[in-house]
Amino acid sequence: MSESATETRSVIVEREFPFPPEKLWRALTQPHLIEEWLMKNDFKPEIGHHFSLRGDWGGVLDCEVLAIELNKELSYTWNFKNDDPLFSLQSVVTFTLTPTRTGTHLRMEQSGFRPDQKQAYGGAHAGWKQFFEKLDQLLARAD
Amino acid sequence: MSIAHDTLFRTLADPTRRAIFERLCRDGEQTVAALTARAGVSQPAVSKHLGLLKQAGLVRDRHQGRQTYYSAQLNALTPLIDWTSDMTRFWEGRFDQLQDLLKRMDQ
Repeated sequence: MSESATETRSVIVEREFPFPPEKLWRALTQPHLIEEWLMKNDFKPEIGHHFSLRGDWGGVLDCEVLAIELNKELSYTWNFKNDDPLFSLQSVVTFTLTPTRTGTHLRMEQSGFRPDQKQAYGGAHAGWKQFFEKLDQLLARAD
Repeated sequence: MSIAHDTLFRTLADPTRRAIFERLCRDGEQTVAALTARAGVSQPAVSKHLGLLKQAGLVRDRHQGRQTYYSAQLNALTPLIDWTSDMTRFWEGRFDQLQDLLKRMDQ
């Protein structure tokens, strides 16, 4: 493994939902529910199970279940293969559920982004149209 | 924000200038005359915008005969592309959908 490959960054998104952990767990682990909020998939809640996440843009992510703890933690790989190493991605997504007084705190950490990463989740998602929309948002925020 | 960021933002903040740059990105190398025909402003104005884009490293010019051809330099945008914030927005959007789903699951 080269030195640059070890310098990675993470994305963390957290939110509290007014629902019990058991309910969130179902949404995170039942294929027909996962499809409704994330992507089409053939997920199974078994460590070592290989599955795919199929994006609307036509990209396919290679995934493998790494850790699973009922109603508490779920972790799987989130890899995108591309001939250009700058566009390929090897990352790990970990969901952590913590019960609160009024619901559940959900934390998602995706780790493995390299500083030279050109595309975050692969496929034909990026394009000039999207780029300029994003640029417009950036510029609006910069005002 | 770095100086490089600042220059890029200032250069691209002008809508006419951004439209010229966008056209070069989409359609490839072009002359000032070709750009003027579609820019809706005068040729001197287009030339001035191209000068500023060139200073920011966003375009390059190439002389051939009496014509000057301009092309977009996409590498100049690299400082603006932060894929981790892109990914954060992706997950924020998915969490919104998750929230909708959880509400529907109640019924």
